[in-house]
Amino acid sequence: MAARDSSLGWHLIRGYAMAVYLFMFLPIIVVVLLSFNASQFGSFPMTGFSFRWFGELWNNEAILRAFRTSLVLGLLTALISTTLGVLASLALVRYKVPGANTISTILIAPILVPEVVLAVALLLFLNFLGVPKSFGLLLFGHVIFTLPFVILVVQARLVAIRRDIEEAALSLGASPVQTFFQVTLPLMLPAVMAGALFAFTISFDDITGTLFWKPGGVETVPTQIFAMLRNSISPEINALGTVMIVMTVGLPLVGAAIARQMSKKSGL
Amino acid sequence: MSSVTLKNIVKRFGSFTAVHQTDLEIPEGAFVTLLGPSGCGKTTNLRMIAGLLDPTEGEILIGGKRVNDVPIHKRNLGIVFQNYALFPHKTVADNIAFGLKYRDVPKDQIAGKVQDALDLVQLPDVGSRYPKELSGGQQQRIALARAIVIEPDVLLLDEPLSALDANLREDMRVELKRIQDQIGVTTLFVTHDQSEALAMSDQIVVMSAGRVEQVGAPEEVYNNPASEFVANFLGASNVIDAECRAKNAEGAQLDTPLFGKVTLPAEKSVRLSGAGPAKLVLRAEKLQVMEEGAAPEGLITAPATIETVDYQGQTVRYFVRVGDAQLQALNMIDERPFEKGSAATVGFRPQDGSALAPA
Repeated sequence: MAARDSSLGWHLIRGYAMAVYLFMFLPIIVVVLLSFNASQFGSFPMTGFSFRWFGELWNNEAILRAFRTSLVLGLLTALISTTLGVLASLALVRYKVPGANTISTILIAPILVPEVVLAVALLLFLNFLGVPKSFGLLLFGHVIFTLPFVILVVQARLVAIRRDIEEAALSLGASPVQTFFQVTLPLMLPAVMAGALFAFTISFDDITGTLFWKPGGVETVPTQIFAMLRNSISPEINALGTVMIVMTVGLPLVGAAIARQMSKKSGL
Repeated sequence: MSSVTLKNIVKRFGSFTAVHQTDLEIPEGAFVTLLGPSGCGKTTNLRMIAGLLDPTEGEILIGGKRVNDVPIHKRNLGIVFQNYALFPHKTVADNIAFGLKYRDVPKDQIAGKVQDALDLVQLPDVGSRYPKELSGGQQQRIALARAIVIEPDVLLLDEPLSALDANLREDMRVELKRIQDQIGVTTLFVTHDQSEALAMSDQIVVMSAGRVEQVGAPEEVYNNPASEFVANFLGASNVIDAECRAKNAEGAQLDTPLFGKVTLPAEKSVRLSGAGPAKLVLRAEKLQVMEEGAAPEGLITAPATIETVDYQGQTVRYFVRVGDAQLQALNMIDERPFEKGSAATVGFRPQDGSALAPA
């Protein structure tokens, strides 16, 4: 009796889990499938397999421009966030900073604040200062809310790098800067890469903050899709969606694989 | 190679004083050990010499030059850390070559020096491996090789054997001493392990609560402790009340309630200034437990009852009741140990005792 109950229970749990997965991934699967649909209309039934919409995408100047904007924005965000995040983590972990805990909490707070609030707040603040919307402002906003992810990842890694390894390098004659580049940075590189990838994908993906901060005429891929959706549901959007999925899922996976490979080698 | 001098060194962390005013001289080429329990300030001293901590007061001299303001990477020291601290992302050879890159060593000589260092620590074939592929003992040898290949002025060893298991630790102890003898580098060794200190050092500096308790050769520190702390930290000792009746060039006359009159030789009574209250220190190994009624020539004896027998194979530790005191005796086992509760006689040679002035 008890065995039958529990086996029934397990079936229910399994079924439920499947349902959740379907609910989560079915829309994505539909988008990917329909992006290869030959038909004019982005809906089932599929009439044939085709790369046509990827081709259209490639010829759509607005989308390409948005794609370039997103790429540049994402790369700059990753570069700046990672640099700032590494420096902040070093300061917080390696030096006695008064109020380190408070600073740490404040740096991580942007994750906890709803993005809309953050977006409006930054916009109002810069309005108040009389700074007009610009690409720089957009970049600034993206750095603010990707920075916490970098700090969280890098800090966790840095804590695990024993101080005496750096002290050994110093004692052997390496200056603090040489010690950082010879010892600390290589050891935390997996986390730095992971942080950069986080920053890039989050920036590449973002729409809420971007809608508030972007200057007129500048579109990123998500805002471009959003704009296109207002007119019609073109199958091009499915193709674009597929490209985005490949980028935002694929990049972190590749990054994680590289990080694992590197940490395997360094034995940490 | 250089001598190291600490002059009036004080180290405070906030309101806590980790090292009280300390003077210390490490002669050129000597192997000096800082010995003490954890928190006694020994590692703080080492880290100040290394340049990893700044002294609050006082001066540090290496080779006669003040180094207070010289940063660690310019002090030319070899440091071996408790947990090896090898660079996990570099091969063994690159680990050892690390310090050479920051010195004027021609590139074509680096490989040769690395190999010499590997030979010295008797691991000639591991150069291409990564640290994690080596055992703990091997890693510590590589750490030592890395520290000495740069021909440091001073070698600082911060509990280098503590992370190793017991057997390996004894091997490494011999090995470390051999290497130090061979290269003759001035060495400061920090440990809480009295047997390491006794086995390896030219001089032992016993520390407690941020203060130096005694500085001396191992035999001196062991046989003639300067304080009750030293007597008990280096193995077990019995410290019993005594009264000094008289002291002259030949020695001192002590009266003890437990053993009656004890005459100590002069070198064992240097810490007494004259007649007055005193303490008699008897090492547990020097207190002999014998058959009841035994009275061998030259031994001062007293009747005793055996309260606890702690059998350790080759040796046995007795806790015996003598008068109103419990004493410890650590004896080699001759046939069978005495049984708990039995009556016995304890005795010692007067020259094995030493005297302390009461604190």
